Amino acid sequence: MNRFLPYPLLSLALVATWLLLNPPLTVATAFLSVVVGWLVPFVMRALRPEAVRVRAPGTILGLAGRVLGDVVRSNIDVAKVILGLRRGTRHTGFVSIPLDLRSPYGLAVLAIILTATPGTLWIQYDSNTGRLLLHVLDFVEGDEWVRRVKDRYERPLMEIFP
Amino acid sequence: MTGADLPAWAAWLVVALALAGAGFSLTGAVGLIRLRTFYERVHAPTLGATLGMALIVTASVLYFSVAEGHLVLRDLLIGLFLTVTTPVTLILLGRAATYRDRAEGNADAPPDP
Repeated sequence: MNRFLPYPLLSLALVATWLLLNPPLTVATAFLSVVVGWLVPFVMRALRPEAVRVRAPGTILGLAGRVLGDVVRSNIDVAKVILGLRRGTRHTGFVSIPLDLRSPYGLAVLAIILTATPGTLWIQYDSNTGRLLLHVLDFVEGDEWVRRVKDRYERPLMEIFP
Repeated sequence: MTGADLPAWAAWLVVALALAGAGFSLTGAVGLIRLRTFYERVHAPTLGATLGMALIVTASVLYFSVAEGHLVLRDLLIGLFLTVTTPVTLILLGRAATYRDRAEGNADAPPDP
């Protein structure tokens, strides 16, 4: 986060992307990837994004593993609903969740997680009240969904983006 | 580089992964027709954008890695960019429907958050 390397994480991501797109690894591609990774982030300075501070690498790994499992499980659940394999009555509905998470990056990651798990749809987030409106395909009575989002995703995200 | 120089185990695995991914994407497309309300329907295509996409990308990574004889992770970028950009479209669609339902005063309009 200094004048010569304004966004280190972005630089790292650009280098990795460049190297993945341009195999095989040679001195020339490595050199070019460093040039791109070093110079392009200076363009981002014009947009003045808020600095990203990421903490708790262990929590990131734990959250990633949990999300992967949830994505597979909810994909299978929604497939069952569509194909009519699910027994019993199903209710869909809107759930209002009071969020304590305020970091824009944390909220962006939460939006990605909730979108990547089929069965939950991000409808509206009110930044004044901090309440999030979700549409869920398989609605459970009570605050089951509220607890699921808050315990499984919001708490680790608040550790990662303090 | 043709499918012929792929060993049988790899070919079976690639086919299984690609078909499973295509199956999830197809299920999502069917859901788009079978589910009734807009808010239910929007859930369906995410099957193709998440697990369906992941399985097909895995098949592709496996195919090119075995065929070229070294690990080719290029296709993972497709998964990354798709995952990061899908929420933008879905949230915009959801917001548009919400706005319309509230403006028209429909009975199934989403409540205030």
